[in-house]
Amino acid sequence: MSDDSVDLQKRRILTAAATAVGGIGVVYVATPFILSMDPSAKAQAAGAPVDVDVSKLQFGQLLTVEWRGKPIWILRRNQELLDRMKEIAGQLRDPNSDELSQQPTYAKNEYRSIKPEYMVMEGICTHLGCAPTYRPEIAPADLGADWKGGFFCPCHGSRYDLSGRVYAGVPAPSNLKVPPYRFVTDTRILIGVDPERA
Amino acid sequence: MREWFYIGKEWIESRFPAKEFWEDHLVKYYAPKNLNFWYFFGSLAMLVFGLQIITGIFLTMNYKPTADTAFASVEYIMRDVNWGWLIRYLHSTGASFFFVVIYLHMFRAFLYGSYQKPRELLWLFGVLLFVLLMAEAFMGYLLPWGQMSYWGAQVIISLFGAIPVIGNDLALWIRGDFVVADATLNRFFAFHVIAFPLILIGLVMFHLIALHRVGSNNPDGIEIKKNKNEQGIPVDGIAFHPYFTLKDMLGAVVFLMIFSAVVFYYPEMGGWFLEKDNFIPADPLKTPEHITPLWYFTPFYAILRAVPDKFLGVMLMGAAIAVLFAVPWLDRSPVKSIRYRGPIYKIALALFVVSFIALGYLGTVAATPTATVFSRLCTIIYFAFFLLMPVYTRLDKTKPPPDRVR
Repeated sequence: MSDDSVDLQKRRILTAAATAVGGIGVVYVATPFILSMDPSAKAQAAGAPVDVDVSKLQFGQLLTVEWRGKPIWILRRNQELLDRMKEIAGQLRDPNSDELSQQPTYAKNEYRSIKPEYMVMEGICTHLGCAPTYRPEIAPADLGADWKGGFFCPCHGSRYDLSGRVYAGVPAPSNLKVPPYRFVTDTRILIGVDPERA
Repeated sequence: MREWFYIGKEWIESRFPAKEFWEDHLVKYYAPKNLNFWYFFGSLAMLVFGLQIITGIFLTMNYKPTADTAFASVEYIMRDVNWGWLIRYLHSTGASFFFVVIYLHMFRAFLYGSYQKPRELLWLFGVLLFVLLMAEAFMGYLLPWGQMSYWGAQVIISLFGAIPVIGNDLALWIRGDFVVADATLNRFFAFHVIAFPLILIGLVMFHLIALHRVGSNNPDGIEIKKNKNEQGIPVDGIAFHPYFTLKDMLGAVVFLMIFSAVVFYYPEMGGWFLEKDNFIPADPLKTPEHITPLWYFTPFYAILRAVPDKFLGVMLMGAAIAVLFAVPWLDRSPVKSIRYRGPIYKIALALFVVSFIALGYLGTVAATPTATVFSRLCTIIYFAFFLLMPVYTRLDKTKPPPDRVR
């Protein structure tokens, strides 16, 4: 058998096999580097639940607390404020909160809350992450005569009602997000965990 | 003495091809003799890039990339570090001038068809450089940790959240936290000062290697390599060194005069180069009244805002940049230079420039209904320029280009 004959097919197979194995190795080595960019244990720990006392909150008053670095709003609503929202249901994009990722199942109801009196939501516009401003007044000059109170995003003009439901025809695609929360007592809310199963 | 010099030279040349490099890329690299004003901007881009690297190195000596210290360290550079204000203003003004130079450099390609065969790959490297430069500038803008830095980053990273399925996890991965935070600042610093500059330097080399293989285009858009003398030198070419090095030096001097005037007298450019809200420290709980990116991003930002749907808006903004990659294959004109193209291309290019500048302006103002209507109109013109290019460049009445450059 002569030594100078070259088995090209064998070479190709060996090259392909070496490339494939090497490629798998590259993926394994890349994994820790890529995952190192996910939120660290410290950042996740900072996402621990926040205990909020709402006993001093007045009707119509908005309390902002920080959870996971995000502004969380708690709005206390009386029957008048709740009734006002019924008038505008036709102007909303998702009045029944059908987009399930925007609230836990226990907040998928008419008032997007566990207790209608307390509205808990993330104060981050679903368009591009700005912080909307609370505009409780009725029919102010800059928001028009139809305004029944709600939240207005100054960045690109998105509008939400007092339950954080987005109006149709604005840049924001969905309702404000409702974080997981539970009532520890009647006036203490723990933000960041779901209610205990009954 | 002289003898020793030659021995030393010989010793180096047998070990390192300095002479070949010098000849291949400078004294025996022949560029068209009719290169005009528009051909300054390539070398000027290199000049600004060098300036950004040098000023950047000195800024990192005093800058501290954490959420608690970043804003104060920039003010420390501005007030307490000797000449810190100059280094910082050179860097911030340099960023804006980089885009001025790059936009003019790209406009040159549209004037003279510089992306056409055989320069497609040269153009692709260039567009990739443009995209990476935008990322580099965006990440650099977060570092001062002012209100605009913070909220601009918040808005732009949220754009990734619009991608279906993986979007939110991707945005989380980019930020390294649930909102823009210390982790985001720290990694943007790493990308801005080392990762992206390294990639940019590599790509600039690729851009130049590709350029030197095909040679510069010229205002007549004809190939000088088709007409060579007995020595194989293009008859319409002149050596890059000393002729064009000298020409580029003149350009550099004029550029630096204008640049210095801005650095010394208008470093903030009335809020265009350094936005007013960025002199307020970042506050994650309070959005500024009016978020605008810096001027060089506003045309694309206006396109984003012109679309009432979040996902489609993001896609259209991405497409506005991605379409640049396709230009060499969209242009079907038999001639390169605008000098020999017909009226249709001239009108199309003029409309494109007007709409691009208008979009740039509209991206800085509040999104009123009137502004939105104009943004949509300009967005349509922007895309029509590219997407109709295969049609109108073929219909256009062209003149035959001359055999020799004028």
